[in-house]
Amino acid sequence: MTESEPTLRLEGIVKTFPGVRALDGVSFEVRAGEVHALLGENGAGKSTLMKVLAGMYQPDAGQIVVSGRPVVMRNPIEAKHNGVILIHQELSLAEEMSVAENIFLGELPRRRWGFVDWKSLHERVATILDKLNCDFGPRTRIDTLSIAKKQMVEIARALTHQARIVVFDEPTASLTDQEKVVLFDIIRDLQRDGVGIVYISHRMEEIFTISNRISVLRDGTHRGTLETAETDEDEVTRLMIGRSLSYERNREAPDVGDVALAVEGLSCGRLFDDIGFELRAGEVLGFYGLVGAGRTELAETLFGLRRPTAGRIVLGGSEARIDSSVEAIRQGISLVPESRKEQGLVLSMNCRDNMTLPQIDDLTAGPFVSNGGEIAIYDMYRDQLDIKAPSWRQLVQFLSGGNQQKIVIGKWLAMKPRVLIVDEPTRGIDVGSKAEIHNLLRELARSGYAVMVISSEMPEVLHVSDRIIAMYQGRITRQFTAAEVNEDNLVQAISGIGPGSGGKARPIGAQAA
Amino acid sequence: MAQVLSTPTAPRLSGAFRWLLRHPIWGFVAVVFIFFSFATAHFFDVQNLQNVLVQTSTIGLIALGMTLVMINGNIDLSVGATLALAASLTVDIMGWPVFADWGNWQLLPAVLAGLAAGVAIGALNGIIVWKTGVDAFIVTLGAMLGVRGLVFVYTEEQSFYAMNFAYSDFGASSIGPLPTLAVIFIVCAIAIHLLLSQTVHGRNTYAVGGNREAAVNAGIRVGPHMVVNFMIVGFFAALAGITLSTQMGASTPNLGRDYELWVITAVVLGGTKLTGGAGNIIGTLGGVLAIGILRNGMNLMQVPAFYVLVILGTILIAVLFLDKQLNRKGEEELRL
Amino acid sequence: MASTTSPDRIKDLTTVLARQGILIAFILFMIGFGLVSDRFLTPENLMTVVRQSAIIGVMAIGVTVVVLSGNLDLSVGSMLSFATVLVVDLHDKLGAAPAIGVMLVATLCIGAINGFLVGFLRLNSLIVTLGMLSAIQGVTLIYSGGKNVDIADQETTWFAIFGRGEVLGMATPIVIFLGLAAIMHLVIAYTPYGRRIYAVGGNPTAAVFSGIRRNRVVFSTYLVSAFCVGIAAIILGSRVMGSQNNVGQGYELLVLSAVILGGTSLLGGSGTIWKTVIGVLILGFIQNGLLLLGFPYFAQWIVTWIVIILAVWLDVAAKRGRLFSPIA
Repeated sequence: MTESEPTLRLEGIVKTFPGVRALDGVSFEVRAGEVHALLGENGAGKSTLMKVLAGMYQPDAGQIVVSGRPVVMRNPIEAKHNGVILIHQELSLAEEMSVAENIFLGELPRRRWGFVDWKSLHERVATILDKLNCDFGPRTRIDTLSIAKKQMVEIARALTHQARIVVFDEPTASLTDQEKVVLFDIIRDLQRDGVGIVYISHRMEEIFTISNRISVLRDGTHRGTLETAETDEDEVTRLMIGRSLSYERNREAPDVGDVALAVEGLSCGRLFDDIGFELRAGEVLGFYGLVGAGRTELAETLFGLRRPTAGRIVLGGSEARIDSSVEAIRQGISLVPESRKEQGLVLSMNCRDNMTLPQIDDLTAGPFVSNGGEIAIYDMYRDQLDIKAPSWRQLVQFLSGGNQQKIVIGKWLAMKPRVLIVDEPTRGIDVGSKAEIHNLLRELARSGYAVMVISSEMPEVLHVSDRIIAMYQGRITRQFTAAEVNEDNLVQAISGIGPGSGGKARPIGAQAA
Repeated sequence: MAQVLSTPTAPRLSGAFRWLLRHPIWGFVAVVFIFFSFATAHFFDVQNLQNVLVQTSTIGLIALGMTLVMINGNIDLSVGATLALAASLTVDIMGWPVFADWGNWQLLPAVLAGLAAGVAIGALNGIIVWKTGVDAFIVTLGAMLGVRGLVFVYTEEQSFYAMNFAYSDFGASSIGPLPTLAVIFIVCAIAIHLLLSQTVHGRNTYAVGGNREAAVNAGIRVGPHMVVNFMIVGFFAALAGITLSTQMGASTPNLGRDYELWVITAVVLGGTKLTGGAGNIIGTLGGVLAIGILRNGMNLMQVPAFYVLVILGTILIAVLFLDKQLNRKGEEELRL
Repeated sequence: MASTTSPDRIKDLTTVLARQGILIAFILFMIGFGLVSDRFLTPENLMTVVRQSAIIGVMAIGVTVVVLSGNLDLSVGSMLSFATVLVVDLHDKLGAAPAIGVMLVATLCIGAINGFLVGFLRLNSLIVTLGMLSAIQGVTLIYSGGKNVDIADQETTWFAIFGRGEVLGMATPIVIFLGLAAIMHLVIAYTPYGRRIYAVGGNPTAAVFSGIRRNRVVFSTYLVSAFCVGIAAIILGSRVMGSQNNVGQGYELLVLSAVILGGTSLLGGSGTIWKTVIGVLILGFIQNGLLLLGFPYFAQWIVTWIVIILAVWLDVAAKRGRLFSPIA
């Protein structure tokens, strides 16, 4: 492995699927001992490229060269033997098996007659776990571990082979800050051993912390490689989306009406505790926090899907008992849930049927569903939200993420709610549609809806919200108006760092009491 | 199913108790065992316990294979029909004129043919599941009808009788204190337990059922792996057919009807999850014994067989209910 | 990155073929048998087949509703034994009308138990209905004391109309089967209730998030299924004028085969009643055609095996866009 020869070189990789050219002549190289960040929007071809690297897909054209030697990898095992290891984003562990078995999945050491060589397996795994500072042993069962520890098991797989290239796909998605530090240490160790790292992440700050170079994919093509030290977020963003993206901060002064929803001392077991806030008609209230801060659970409680252990919910001035989604809808609450495909849509149903589902009982002509009534509703929201579907008969599973999300939003707007709760409205949606949905949320507020937006993307919260509530570990830490919030105090608030000296921000507890 | 039971005192519990928590069905087995020992005069007789083992062995053998298939996340509904096919073939072939002067050796080709038929049906099921991607439930539901149809067409709806008495003698023979059939079952159970817990194939069985995608990504050849397990259950269904027909010295085309239901009941009672990824032979053994002891004991108490059906159905649902309750996350759970 | 360019015509054609495959297979099947046997396509023969299919057909309608909502009902076979024994036994004791009433109530109660366990307690439907299969079988045997039952006065009772009589010049079982199918088709395809069933079967979580009371919907499907079994028991009891206590044994799988043949997905959320009717008729015509051609009775099961797997395979293949599964 000489200095001049890169550890990994991709030459003109092409991969097509029926109707799609997922990778269109991608070439780039990863040097030994560098962290090479791979960036691109959803659908830019990152995951296809990774699967090609991991031997899960075969490229239609092009060549993969590992340490100067062209290789063909027909399956993940061959990829491993060539020193290319993929650390999956979605945990790919078998829950009922031991840590050791999972780390060596597919390659358990054998003795005679196909018996597992437990001794050598456990010894090798113990060494690896030591290196990772894990506090669990090889025999621990996976289903007793926390998500972050499972992620560590996933990472341990990288250390089973003499790795030349390790591909990390969004490795920090479920890690705590301390665990991130451990992960970055491991990455630096690998670097020192001369391993090339491909690091895929959406989090710019991580990329700028850890990477040496950044390659950007867009529409299946390689748009360029930048030295991390010589570039900035703006340049990377421009490469990614083809234009500069500046999220304006929301500067509108809201024309607020009455209190639509007031929450007092709402708690639900260990999920969240003593939540209090007010939401007025005509404003957008943003909820910002880390994954697991309890925001989604709060929304689900307001929507009747979890039973609060304490506290009151006041809707339009009178206390509401919401013990089911049916009741929540009746009381005028709508929830656009976090996961479009799992919670928002019935993928096997068409656009119209999905949109009218919550009010199907009221759309009747005699005993039957009123076809005309349904189509009228669909047409109305198709036009209002600019949904692009060939016809209402199209099954929603064939729509793009943005259009799917609009169907869900349309479904809940059609209920004419008093309070509209939107959880992660733009997750997995392309940039163009994102902007549309942001504008839509602003417009809804202007037309008098009380809107609650939960988001994990800071630019998004800053862009759409009139006020922002920061949550940390199930509690509200601070509440900001659009004028007083800035990135620094917001980050502090969601990381559990107490209210700083900035006197403008007031703790929410005072208001709720 | 039971690690949730662990209480704060768990570390101080004896190993035996913790073992019981992992295999709660054995607690049930112990309870019914003790109950029938006191409640009936003859349950505890050596003779009767041997009976229980022999009666259990038929469903037990199939359950061994079914455990593998169900840990894989598949199911095999065709085992009852496969059993009948193997039994009919074996009993018929040993009487073929070609083997007329083979003496007791005529059993050999017959038994081999019966076992081969079982393995072949299993392989066919497995390959169809693998190659077509149709759910195992549907594939083996089809096979359940089709193979039973084959049996009826092959036998012309007649029963066959074993003309070589060595065959039925074998079914009644003993090795030392244990009936031969019980010995066969115990040996097979130990073998499959080792296969499942100690070999690479066995460990992969959990991986394939627990997280199919992970198994594929890890380079396990999931298709052939599943075919092997279907062949194993086919083999055991055939073996059960042969042992059952040695007991009767005959085979009928209706042999093994509803056995798939009994077997699945036993395996689920033993803690194997329908969704795959979890389960073991020790649990399955408990499930099989629970059913066997219940049937035998209630028979001795002269409870009509009807009540056994009701009790078993109720127990099956109760076990499912308890499992669900024990795994609840509590009040803060999302209510869907 | 999904490109929404319209797929080429050939692919459209194969999709249509696969979607309507069951209907096309049915037509080819009828033509084929019609060419080989000149007795097959006679009106009398066709009517005979439909009449003989009525019991499985009525049950299949109910099971289709359960499967659409994403569950299974394996207890219909032993429920049929139970209901038939009950209605036949009570006929002589209470008279025909009360017998039917009591039987329907009892059957609905069993359906309610299924529905409670699966719908409200959320237990796995395969295991629950498997347990119920065994339990109901036991209850039937306990009730009948292991004896078969029959109706003493077979000639004069009006109960005979359901299995042996005619309505509007057609055999009553046919009228009941097709009438029930038509009604249930309307209910499932065109009412809010039907829409809720599709939603619960297609994505139970999303259904709850859309304000659908999933528990009640699932519960109700088992009532529908039990009701259909009750109707089937009336036809069966009336036709035979007696009942063995295991008369329904194995029906659950024939019924499920018909539902699967009709293209209803066992995962729930996709399928229709009228296709189940086609599935039932295919089973009936396979049996009838093979018998006319002189094959042994049970040869139909072998053919059914092949037909089921081919039908589902084509369906699965059309959805994934390739014939064989990509699994290594």
